[in-house]
Amino acid sequence: MKIGVVVFPGSNCDHDAFYALKNEIGVDTVLLFHKEHDLQDVDAVVLPGGFSYGDYLRCGAIARFSPIMNEVVAFAKSGGPVIGICNGFQVLTEAGLLPGALLRNRDLRFISKHIHMKAVNTSTMFTSSIEPGAVLRIPIAHGEGNYYADPEVLDELRSNDRIVFQYCDESGNVTPEANPNGSQLNIAGIVNREGNVLGLMPHPERACSGALGSIDGRGIFESLVRSLEIAAG
Amino acid sequence: MFKAEVKVMLRPAILDVQGKTVEGSLHSLGYEGVGHVRIGKHVTFEIDAPTQEEAERIAHEVSSRVLSNPVMENYEVSFVGAIEEVVR
Repeated sequence: MKIGVVVFPGSNCDHDAFYALKNEIGVDTVLLFHKEHDLQDVDAVVLPGGFSYGDYLRCGAIARFSPIMNEVVAFAKSGGPVIGICNGFQVLTEAGLLPGALLRNRDLRFISKHIHMKAVNTSTMFTSSIEPGAVLRIPIAHGEGNYYADPEVLDELRSNDRIVFQYCDESGNVTPEANPNGSQLNIAGIVNREGNVLGLMPHPERACSGALGSIDGRGIFESLVRSLEIAAG
Repeated sequence: MFKAEVKVMLRPAILDVQGKTVEGSLHSLGYEGVGHVRIGKHVTFEIDAPTQEEAERIAHEVSSRVLSNPVMENYEVSFVGAIEEVVR
């Protein structure tokens, strides 16, 4: 089993994701350069956080047209698992693999802190090892994480259980006060209709080691690895 | 050669937090009559195309595909000086 982490110019969590997957989760991991066209036979792709192409024009707007994204989109459309974290989530919405968009944070500030998020759908391939309703303590670090979608899209996300993570308080209550950035429905992460593409603003790769103050991010990667193992038989 | 100008604005339904902040600052400076501040992007570019029609087609394609995100933004295309020859 092999997981690929894409490196765009301006990615800054690519090595964090690489380290977490390889050293904390213990899965073979490779870096995939944005100019390449070869996904190196990986079983899953991670689009990491950062400021791809300086966030010029819009966050993720330029990255989605980079060469490797043709392959990532084809991989995702053929059912390959893709996780977009933070800037990676923005790239996935720009590429049309996930609906909606990430707007400027409600209070305009760049927010870098630990938040709580509730695993509201634990039947996905990215959350199957997580306790239903678990409250995870994970860092966020973004200026544009305010999830927006049209009302019809939000209805569709809700009725099809596509909201995977919601910002909540320490006890798991999904409240306006626990919403750090103004996201609609406190959305922190969603999946596509087929369930093989996950986008989330919080950084699970920064919460995989006790030394970093939380290991709550591990569940996402462990779920993915387990799902891949089951799929491989 | 045609010179296009594209104006990209957040869709009216979307709260423009940046505009809102500037508006608040204007009010605190005493400009109470100023409201509905919205901030967008202004992009200019030249298009080497044989006809005005073709230039317009390219400008719209570029605007909808790259320069704006239809989920959150609208755009308007105009041509400087009604399709004048750009002097280099």
